Amino acid sequence: MPRAVGANVRRKDGDAKVTGRAKYIDDLTFPGMIYGATIRSTISCGRIRARSISLPDGFVVADHQDIPGPNYVALIDPDQPCLAVDQIRHVAEPILLVGHADKDALSDIHERVTIEELAATPNYDPEKSDVCFKKISIDKGQVDLGFRISDFVIDGEYRTGHQEQLYIETNGVIAVPGDGQMTVYGSLQCPYYVHKALVVLLKLPPDRVRVVQTETGGGFGGKEEYPSMLACHAAILARKANRPVKMIYDRVEDLLATTKRHPSIVRHRTGLTRDGRITAMDIDVIMDGGGYATLSAVVLSRGVIHAAGPYRCDHVRIRGRAMMTHTPPNGAFRGFGAPQTQFAIEAHIDRIADQLRIDPVRLRELNALRPGDTTATGQKLGKDASALPVLRDAVKRSKFAQKRTQWKGTNRGIGLSLFFHGSGFTGGGEVKLASKASLELTANGAKILVASTEIGQGTRTMHAQIVADALGVSYDAIDVNEADTAFVPDSGPTVASRTCMIVGKLLERCALDMKKRLGTLTPAQYFKKHGSFTVTSQYEPPPGLLWDDNTYAGDAYGSYAWGCNIVELEVDPVTFEVTTLNVTAVAEIGKAIHPMMAIGQIEGGTAQGIGYALTEEVVMKDGRMANATLTNYIIPTPMDAAPMDVGIMERPYQHGPYGAKGVGEMPIDGPAPAVINALRNCGFDIRAIPATPERLFAAAESRKLKADRR
Amino acid sequence: MKLTVNGKTRNVRAHPMKRLLDVLREDCGLTGTKEGCGEGECGACTVLIDGVAVDSCIVPVAHAEGCRVITIEGATATKTGKALQNAFVVHGGAQCGICTPGMILAATLLETGASLDEIKVALAGNLCRCTGYPAIFRSVESALKTPRRKSSRAGHL
Amino acid sequence: MSLVRPRSLNAALSLMASDPTLMPIAGCTDVYVGLHFGTMAQKRFIDLWRLKELHGISVEKDVVRIGALSTYTEIIESTIVQKRVPMLVAASREVGGAQIQNRGTLGGNVANASPAGDTLPVLAAANARIVLRSKNGTRTVAFDSYYTGYRTSVRQPDELIAAIEIPRVDGTQWWRKVGTRRAQAISKIMIGAVRGRDVRIAFGSVAPTVVLARKTAAVLSAGGSVADAQAALRTEIAPIDDVRSTGEYRARVAANLLAQFWKETA
Repeated sequence: MPRAVGANVRRKDGDAKVTGRAKYIDDLTFPGMIYGATIRSTISCGRIRARSISLPDGFVVADHQDIPGPNYVALIDPDQPCLAVDQIRHVAEPILLVGHADKDALSDIHERVTIEELAATPNYDPEKSDVCFKKISIDKGQVDLGFRISDFVIDGEYRTGHQEQLYIETNGVIAVPGDGQMTVYGSLQCPYYVHKALVVLLKLPPDRVRVVQTETGGGFGGKEEYPSMLACHAAILARKANRPVKMIYDRVEDLLATTKRHPSIVRHRTGLTRDGRITAMDIDVIMDGGGYATLSAVVLSRGVIHAAGPYRCDHVRIRGRAMMTHTPPNGAFRGFGAPQTQFAIEAHIDRIADQLRIDPVRLRELNALRPGDTTATGQKLGKDASALPVLRDAVKRSKFAQKRTQWKGTNRGIGLSLFFHGSGFTGGGEVKLASKASLELTANGAKILVASTEIGQGTRTMHAQIVADALGVSYDAIDVNEADTAFVPDSGPTVASRTCMIVGKLLERCALDMKKRLGTLTPAQYFKKHGSFTVTSQYEPPPGLLWDDNTYAGDAYGSYAWGCNIVELEVDPVTFEVTTLNVTAVAEIGKAIHPMMAIGQIEGGTAQGIGYALTEEVVMKDGRMANATLTNYIIPTPMDAAPMDVGIMERPYQHGPYGAKGVGEMPIDGPAPAVINALRNCGFDIRAIPATPERLFAAAESRKLKADRR
Repeated sequence: MKLTVNGKTRNVRAHPMKRLLDVLREDCGLTGTKEGCGEGECGACTVLIDGVAVDSCIVPVAHAEGCRVITIEGATATKTGKALQNAFVVHGGAQCGICTPGMILAATLLETGASLDEIKVALAGNLCRCTGYPAIFRSVESALKTPRRKSSRAGHL
Repeated sequence: MSLVRPRSLNAALSLMASDPTLMPIAGCTDVYVGLHFGTMAQKRFIDLWRLKELHGISVEKDVVRIGALSTYTEIIESTIVQKRVPMLVAASREVGGAQIQNRGTLGGNVANASPAGDTLPVLAAANARIVLRSKNGTRTVAFDSYYTGYRTSVRQPDELIAAIEIPRVDGTQWWRKVGTRRAQAISKIMIGAVRGRDVRIAFGSVAPTVVLARKTAAVLSAGGSVADAQAALRTEIAPIDDVRSTGEYRARVAANLLAQFWKETA
């Protein structure tokens, strides 16, 4: 039996997607279905004074009074209303829902409904906000001592802006009501998040709510928590109309109203010895959470845990806070806090290298975490800590040193970033999730039953590979059930790079249990003789993992993946446009279950990171996204595609399936600082992204002014 | 209005200004063509009209009257459609799949052996958020039997 | 919403004479975006797409005649335009992507009158002429006199753009568009320029209409320095801040583009 793990087996969903047979949410219709639209606030802060709705027959209207349960979208904090009552905290806050059988009848609905708003003074500055969603402190050693023993202290401030996930398929759901029950189909990452929100909002027993994920056209975190809001809306309208309700956002609404990456301000104060060893790190992290908490606490958590970068230091102080501003709530996006804080540390490291006149590779080599070292939270790293191998390989493959010399004084630059990414939920998070996976014996093999969703990254395929090998059958004998809460157990959300490492491991265990039970019989034989049976496995933390939520110390993650990016670019002196000549991406991920799909995650995440660095800007005017069209929010086209050179390394993680760690998010952590460092290399001192041509022009101007003044 | 869609003549009763995209998806029941932006920016709605690639979200059905329209469901009727479909599966050109129908149709207009530059130009109007594009280029090159480039490296160390 | 579909140009012109509120549509690459976003005030349309009389690219007595309904793809593939107005081919290649180039028309670009119309700096630099037809006859307007203000022109409601004429271009043609990315981009700033016995330089996206920078060109024609020409340019353009870029950046890049044009056509 040829092994499936490690091979580029044919994707389970490939043929359906390339022929147009795969069904996404907007491809589905239900008998009697109507369409829904949302009436939203136009001000960013204030109150609703009055509502006046004058609609002819055929329209259904719902507001907060139509919510049977408590009016909030259950996630972490119960602070976000499903429909606004009278307080408004951001532009595009949902107030009313309107339904009609004819989609076109809803096109001018905003002219037929008047919401009288009373504006108050908004605050858009997280540093001036007096509402804190979450504060986190990390302390290691004594940072004051660390500074006393340093020879140099270098400060820096770094900023990142919003980033839009820009899945090519917008958010959409269909809610189908029944007698004392509700089913919601949708484009989503976490069926059980949606399930929980509906159970709370609709006051229904869990077994009377069903959530089914349809083929999903990209998520990247943008469909982690937001679909719960949309599902609640469709369900309320469906309940009122007693008809199935389809709500698909058009691109503008999706851009205006749904979550984005948290903007950040990160300040570093670093102490080093003369020869470049880091003795102290004092880091301040501010995340802009937008109007409601949503996932800010967890984004902050991951952000602060990664804030010291892949470096060893005995004396670390990290302070983080997530603050409220009167903008649409920010939420999950690939990387989830780590791209922000690792942008800062990696940009800072290169500035340190500059000031201390130490080669940036050497500075990182001196300070990179090695096996046996402890992280900022005091986690001792194992043999699979691969900062140095990925760094050395990337530097070698890209001919970093040679190009740096060759390109001195030209408009070409080469820059580097070293980064890492913890897989799975932080600390005790996986224990709290208590994820389950099931495997059902079928006539020719087995069927996977998990809540993990396929959103392009290859979940179905990768899970089937693991099960096939563990069970000892062919990859083709494994089926994957739809992510339907009526049939699959709660495997936790499809986030945090956990789908392979955590859920894949559960499935491996299921397969091994099943194999044991089959004895000498093949699945077909057993099935014929005894019929089907189902094996379920539940998460157990690896032994020795200790985490203290109060002191934020200990083993933050089961394992880390490691990465290094080298970016080569050229700045056009006429237009300040940046051409990315090449990106080298070396990733150590434990085990590439499906090498081609792992490369796909690295290339895709790298492209998003380049966009984050150079062109993707959410232009906010009075708390509203002013460039809310695909024309004006700039992601790369094929003509802009950066050539990439990808290398995968494998240092097995003993508790991952076949040694696998997570790979989905890490690739987006590195490109932005590598770009900024390449820009620094050719003379542009930029400390905020995106580094648009306009900002490069401004940096060149200020550099000229400084030179003129000398 | 009569139009030929994937080789079959269809009699469509729709307002002449109705978007071709909606006629295909709703009136013809062909949901393989996708809407990503509604403004002719992302190319997910790409179809072929008389052998020419267009964004069906900004084409009135009146302009397709009497024409031969090919959607992803009819891609195998083109010279390279089938090879492209298989290549997108095998070489990672399709991840979430939402851009894939438009991407494949745009690629069917390339000649065998098309260079990377020609591929980029043909696909310039098709956005993808999952792949970052290298795997799409490799898929198209494979389907069109473009001679191997030295530069596209991706693999184990 | 209504759509009338005349079978001939004469029928179209009759319809427009009797109902000047009809809005002509052709490739629809802009009209449908407006319809989609609900910014299109018009509801009554007249379809020009199949009018053969408005298609075709030809040359007669050294004047290139481009039918108003010539698509960007047709322009790119036309050996006549490649040979005689290569800067128009260059501009057409940078409009959107293949799908837009297959549908967008030169006449539509002129009629739409966007300050960021990709072909407009080229037509200005090439000293083009717009051929207008109505039920009453034909008239030709110099491109320089065609626009009267932001999105307004001398075209009367009963007139259609029939063709764009480009007389022989004397000198080296130069074109550059600076967009938000390499394809599917609205321009931040564009330059179309000709360096011959005369110098003609036009900029897009720096004012409510395309700007023919006469003073700037005059400085260079008279043998002035690039620095002096850049100073003149500052007085002829008024770039603004918008969601895509800033006035300062546009002003600086305009000056840089001017210098690059002059250097590369030396």
